[in-house]
Amino acid sequence: MKRTIFRNQLLPWLLLAPQLAITFIFFIWPAAQAVWQSFLREDAFGMKSTFVGMANYWRLLDSPEYLNSLQVTAVFAVSVTILSMGFSLLLAVAVDRMIRSAQTYTTLLVWPYAVAPAVAGILWWFIFNPTIGILPYLLDQVGYNWNHISDKGDAMLLVVIASAWKQISYNFLFFVAGLQSIPASLREAAAIDGAGPVKRFFTITLPLISPTTFFLLVVNIVYAMFDTFAVIDSTTEGGPAQATNIMVYKVYFDGFVGQNLGSSGAQSVILMLIVIALTVIQFRWVEKKVEY
Amino acid sequence: MASITLENVGKVYPGGTRAIGDVNIDIADGEFIVLVGPSGCGKSTLLRMVAGLESITDGTVRIADRVVNEIEPADRDIAMVFQNYALYPHMSVRQNLEYGLKNRGTKRDEIDRRVAEAAGILQLEPYLDRKPRALSGGQRQRVAMGRAIVREPAAFLFDEPLSNLDAKLRVAMRLEIKELQKRLRTTSLYVTHDQLEAMTLADRLVVLNMGKVEQIGTPLEVYRRPASAFVAGFIGSPAMNLIPARAVPHLPGSAHAGLLGIRPEDMDITADGPIVLRINAVEELGAQRLVHGLVGGEAFTVTAPSDADLGEVLRLSVPTQALHRFDAESGKRLD
Ligand SMILES: Nc1ncnc2c1ncn2[C@@H]1O[C@H](COP(=O)(O)OP(=O)(O)O)[C@@H](O)[C@H]1O
Ligand SMILES: [Mg+2]
Repeated sequence: MKRTIFRNQLLPWLLLAPQLAITFIFFIWPAAQAVWQSFLREDAFGMKSTFVGMANYWRLLDSPEYLNSLQVTAVFAVSVTILSMGFSLLLAVAVDRMIRSAQTYTTLLVWPYAVAPAVAGILWWFIFNPTIGILPYLLDQVGYNWNHISDKGDAMLLVVIASAWKQISYNFLFFVAGLQSIPASLREAAAIDGAGPVKRFFTITLPLISPTTFFLLVVNIVYAMFDTFAVIDSTTEGGPAQATNIMVYKVYFDGFVGQNLGSSGAQSVILMLIVIALTVIQFRWVEKKVEY
Repeated sequence: MASITLENVGKVYPGGTRAIGDVNIDIADGEFIVLVGPSGCGKSTLLRMVAGLESITDGTVRIADRVVNEIEPADRDIAMVFQNYALYPHMSVRQNLEYGLKNRGTKRDEIDRRVAEAAGILQLEPYLDRKPRALSGGQRQRVAMGRAIVREPAAFLFDEPLSNLDAKLRVAMRLEIKELQKRLRTTSLYVTHDQLEAMTLADRLVVLNMGKVEQIGTPLEVYRRPASAFVAGFIGSPAMNLIPARAVPHLPGSAHAGLLGIRPEDMDITADGPIVLRINAVEELGAQRLVHGLVGGEAFTVTAPSDADLGEVLRLSVPTQALHRFDAESGKRLD
């Protein structure tokens, strides 16, 4: 590696400054503020704040609303992860077969990646819209009255499907790459060894893509927990009756709409800890456990 | 155990590549047949058609007198050893050996008996609980063999199983495979591009060129009476000299306008030999030397005593029985 020696002690810092500034202003500073705020309580008029120690945290753990949000988040994250990964794997297996039988199709692979995210956003809105959506209409035909504005289950289903849909193209690409890395001869050997397609999938293919699967598992959970704010905000806004009020949305809602900065701060700190935990698990686990 | 019959077998890949022409091979029960030919001649394709991994576009393949064209690989009662071994990387050696038996619902004690037996034969006992990645190339190769043995199939199919090993190990494994096959007497179809490997292993050789069978015969038959100029040039090392007959007008049969084949080791150095060769390159073999030069403007090779040196002129005579004649057009043997 080539090493550049700076004579001037100031220059390296100047060169680094923009990046450091961005990190500081948009990440470290707000994070520190959130931590600080989580220990404060503001009075009703927002005039002065007092240091209250861990009180905001204890209060959260006592709040049925927050516990509900934890539960909603868990259900939401697990559903989104299972749905998006399951569906992507299904697509990937189909595409993997196609690629193996005819190389010419490989270029078509770029398609879902380029198109899916753009289409997805518009598509689910059209599909689920209670007044003009196709799905409510179809459900209505079979006697089901779809309404995610007032029905808790419908609302959850909507945000789960919308969020999962957005993640499919990403998962799909990783799964296809994982499947492609399995030598054809392994499946052929298994076929000769008397394993049918389904058995082959579960005893050979799935174990061999487990590193990919685990990686995606963490990525999808993180996505569902933190990156789905826009989906919730543009559809259900956490409702009806808190049914889709996931943690990250509640942070926003309590902080910006409810102006309860202390509680919001404590909630963000908890979220931060979860991200850190997930990241640690990912690095530890991927490197040690998921290998063969 | 079983015979294998290929009758007018052909293969056209989707996309139009014709990989196999009109192939007829009869493999007797317990026989060790080696398919040999240059890279790309269709050996793997043919083997994989027998295995059921490629569809058969023309003709019929029979295993144990049963037409298997439409039968799944699993139901053909064959076992295959792949070039890259195709061991299941997430399973231990024992699990690799057991997999095919478990899938077939073999009883636990029978599985244990067979795995123990195969592990014994192949000296795999110390490694049964290791994953394939913790094994050397030779050990992996044995596991691949073991996976075939435990199944006790009607036939073994091998696709260049030794080509990923270093030269020394390759020779050792070659012997082991030969002994193993003698002992088990399982019908075997073995693919290689290495003519030496083919010669040492085969009961009978099938020489393949551009998807067509050039010759079928025992290694000695093929070596002594190659059926075509292609076989003559492919089987035997150093390769047979193939020169236009008119390049050596003093030899019997040279009036004919075809190709003459003479093995480098079949010539005598005599004072009045009709062929004159000026040595312009020497390869040291230890006991002997391989000397190269030009005869009638064509590259020519002779094995010579170790004192033959660069620049020297040799006069060579050829015993009539060492002369092979081939048609210039078709390359077919002419007698
Ligand atoms: N899946 C395939 N699709 C199209 N052509 C193929 C395929 N596999 C092999 N071929 C062609 O068939 C011919 C024989 O290939 P192969 O049987 O692999 O040769 P070998 O094993 O003797 O080296 C080659 O010309 C190769 O390019
Ligand atoms: Mg091959």
